[in-house]
Amino acid sequence: MKRSVILLLLTGFLSFAQDNNKELKPIKTYEREGVKIASFDFNSFEPILHKNDDTTYVINFWATWCLPCVKELPYFEQLNKKYENQNVKVILVSMDMPKKVENSLIPFVKKKKLQSEVIHLDDPDANAWIEKVDKNWSGSIPATIIYNSKTRKFYESSFTFEELEKELITIINN
Amino acid sequence: MKTLKITTMIVLVCIMSAFTLIKTDSGYQIGDIATDFSLKNVNTKKVSLADFKTAKGFIVIFTCNHCPYAKAYEDRIIALDKKYQKLGYPVIAINPNNPAIQPDDSFDLMQKRAKEKGYTFPYLFDEGQKIYPQFGATKTPHVYILEKTKAGNVVKYIGAIDDNYSDEKAVKTKYVENAVDALLKWEEVPVKTTKAIGCSIKA
Repeated sequence: MKRSVILLLLTGFLSFAQDNNKELKPIKTYEREGVKIASFDFNSFEPILHKNDDTTYVINFWATWCLPCVKELPYFEQLNKKYENQNVKVILVSMDMPKKVENSLIPFVKKKKLQSEVIHLDDPDANAWIEKVDKNWSGSIPATIIYNSKTRKFYESSFTFEELEKELITIINN
Repeated sequence: MKTLKITTMIVLVCIMSAFTLIKTDSGYQIGDIATDFSLKNVNTKKVSLADFKTAKGFIVIFTCNHCPYAKAYEDRIIALDKKYQKLGYPVIAINPNNPAIQPDDSFDLMQKRAKEKGYTFPYLFDEGQKIYPQFGATKTPHVYILEKTKAGNVVKYIGAIDDNYSDEKAVKTKYVENAVDALLKWEEVPVKTTKAIGCSIKA
């Protein structure tokens, strides 16, 4: 029993380690007006949710058409800036439709001068992957994951900057 | 060192399993009985499920004007009503959004959209945003298939319309059609719940 538990744990550990070494390969890269956006399907995106290093990742699912998402984006930007020297990385995962990347997403990124990394997730069979992001996610956005090698939390809600910072600090200090 | 690693993993697994135990789901689950409602249709008349005397059940869809996912499904929702209304499963569309927060989803604009698209089904306004929380809808579009029984309208399916919002031609599984087809044959619904990306409901 004890051995199998250890084996199970080690397998888990190894798969984490493996995920971490996987190179991220976008299915497509959009480029326009000097802005480059890598687009992933869920398989190529998934390793981003399971990095096992010293960094705390703040991953926000959003879209340019989603009002509450756009409203909270400045807080993620502010967080990224404030904690950039403390091993915190904000990744903004746009769920905009593929045909909107060039005429909505890229102009938006440029206009708002977004400094956090913006990537695009394009995988229409969402039922196949939503629960792999988090078991409790219903699929509505905005949604956010904050995780590091020790802990992970998922939020299907909007944030103020103070709320977001508080969550980040709790996770960093965990 | 090895012990430390193992301890860390045990802690990690414990933390992860602790999170999986937290269930935040609320609203209807499969098998629950949905309470009826009386909501204003785009023709200003109130609509209740009880009005549909000959219906065998309902395809209740929380949807709206503004959401790109809802827009992507407009024609498919019309097609569902065309196909299933006559078989006893009409579409009942409900806009759960608060126009004070999402002005594109006002009653006036609902009327306009219903006219433009020639909706063949009721498009109801959840005034005060009271009905969608009872269902537990979180986004648009969000489908609940109800089967009319002596005990009431039983929830038989919750989730997405099909497995590809962006390209109707690339759809592999039509979840809603499969569910209604099964109900019409008195069979078990093959896939009872699915998830999809959608616009969060603005209340």
